[in-house]
Amino acid sequence: MKQYQNFRWFQGKVSILIDRKASFVTLCLLIVTMAVFIISTGLGDMKINPVTVVSVFFGGGTEMEQLVIQSFRLPRIIVALVVGMSLAVAGGILQGMIRNPLASPDVLGITGGASTAVVLFLAIFSNESNALTVSIQWMPLAAFIGSAVAGLLVYFFAWKNGVSPVRLVLIGIGLSALFQALTTMMMLLGPIYRASQANIWITGTVHGSTWTNVFTIVPWAFSLMLVAFFMARKVNVLGLGDDVATSVGTSVQRLRFVLLLISTALIGSSVAFAGGIGFVGLMAPHMARRLVGSVYGALLPVSALIGAILVMVADLIGRTLFSPLEIPAGVFTAGIGAPYFIYLLFKTRNA
Amino acid sequence: MKKAIETKQLTLSYGDSIIIDELNLKIPKGEITVFIGGNGCGKSTLLRSIARLLKPKSGEIVLNGKEIVKMSSKEVAKQMAVLPQGPVSPEGLTVLQLVKQGRYPYQTWLKQWSSEDEEKVYKALEATGLLDLKERSVDSLSGGQRQRAWIAMTLAQDTDFILLDEPTTYLDMTHQIDILDLLFELNERENRTIVMVLHDLNLACRYAHNIVAVKDKKIAAMGKPEDVVTRGLVKKVFEMDCEISIDPLFGTPLCIPYGKGRTVFRQAGAVNG
Repeated sequence: MKQYQNFRWFQGKVSILIDRKASFVTLCLLIVTMAVFIISTGLGDMKINPVTVVSVFFGGGTEMEQLVIQSFRLPRIIVALVVGMSLAVAGGILQGMIRNPLASPDVLGITGGASTAVVLFLAIFSNESNALTVSIQWMPLAAFIGSAVAGLLVYFFAWKNGVSPVRLVLIGIGLSALFQALTTMMMLLGPIYRASQANIWITGTVHGSTWTNVFTIVPWAFSLMLVAFFMARKVNVLGLGDDVATSVGTSVQRLRFVLLLISTALIGSSVAFAGGIGFVGLMAPHMARRLVGSVYGALLPVSALIGAILVMVADLIGRTLFSPLEIPAGVFTAGIGAPYFIYLLFKTRNA
Repeated sequence: MKKAIETKQLTLSYGDSIIIDELNLKIPKGEITVFIGGNGCGKSTLLRSIARLLKPKSGEIVLNGKEIVKMSSKEVAKQMAVLPQGPVSPEGLTVLQLVKQGRYPYQTWLKQWSSEDEEKVYKALEATGLLDLKERSVDSLSGGQRQRAWIAMTLAQDTDFILLDEPTTYLDMTHQIDILDLLFELNERENRTIVMVLHDLNLACRYAHNIVAVKDKKIAAMGKPEDVVTRGLVKKVFEMDCEISIDPLFGTPLCIPYGKGRTVFRQAGAVNG
């Protein structure tokens, strides 16, 4: 079978080349994602079989089943799905534009900035008896601002006649360490229960997601991801080095800024609603690369699906395995992802 | 002779140190021009600035009668392709995927793979002899093949001008000749203008129609190798004593450096004589 399939329409005004293998992988992952979504919705204290879950989606099921699924489970699972996708896409873009396989939201200090902002938020808006003086609803905004500020700081400090990938990474690591120190300091200074509240958030959890969260993050994340997919061609070219990218006609510096902006916005919205879920942004694009190669048109969607599966499964384990205790999803993203990640690298070490 | 690339009062610098000072250079179309000079003389810097990879401190670069800074990046990309020194491809990228990137300036989001794209990419793969290797990943190839893949990418860009910064560095002798033959053929068959930096003076003399020797922020000499490569020039540019002989196979200048080394010749001569 031929690996590529051409499509040309309207006398060649529209044309595209489809990688059959990548399409097949994407389709498989799409099915897995849907399966995980449905199974996860059915699991919990009250077990509901997948067929019933699907019927509830279309308005069937008992009133109790509808309540559990629609009010409790769906919002958090949708948030898990979207957050996984956003982090994976952002990580993929960062790795491509920085040309460093270790680049990820955590390494660049963007999640670190959000963590600092959250502990700062909890510290500033507390009165003497340690009660919050403003609604906790504002915390996502604080997280988003924190990551945006971190992203811009990294860019600003890395600037020297343009931004080079190495400087971005080094400055990112530096700022990340600084944010971590600030976060730890503020957690130690505050009361202990505040620290543990902050700690759960920093680890990353989709617990307590509401439909309002869903309606905020979904349009935002999906439009950003759409822009990212549109820019896949440009990320490809940037991956060949600044010189080659310039040679084929891209404005490297402008492109790098726009890509950093998109990734920061994606990371910001994820940490705002799910905290600092780690490792997904690093791991998902690597897994995708092993499956479909380095071309971003295929890599980004596949990363997104892998990210979604990772976070949904991590959340599923977190809320069912030690029930009634809730373990933040962030604990398990690394827990389930890392072994598979190492296996993949090990398996393909000679390829 | 039509002047294709021209620099006017071009000054290049890294920070405060001037690398090239008020240079006026004319690179003819349809020929192979080679920049030579000692390490750090600024020949690569000059090539990079012509390729718009480095912003000049002052002066202009004119491509086909148009100032480069006034052209859009994609417009330049359709006329001039650049292969930097030691390019690195992303992990696992296949030869075909790499060569396809050369079509970037012609593509839009809607028009991602036109029949022309396909034709040019396969033509480039054929010209570089990589058709059979097109599904291999670039990092699994040998040094020579890898360089061919990158050259194929610049060919797919379908430009009149191809600029290459030391395309033969890190290659063994066989592959150096292989790459230079390929570029020579491209010039002969497709009339592409090739501008490159080479380290090997003798190979430069053999393949170049036109040599540009760079020394002390200026051009020390420019012209046909047989006209300009002399003992004096080599002494000036490379600060080295040599004899200029004639290549017995090609008739081009052949530079034989003085130095220490073993001399077997005199003893052999003594035995024979």
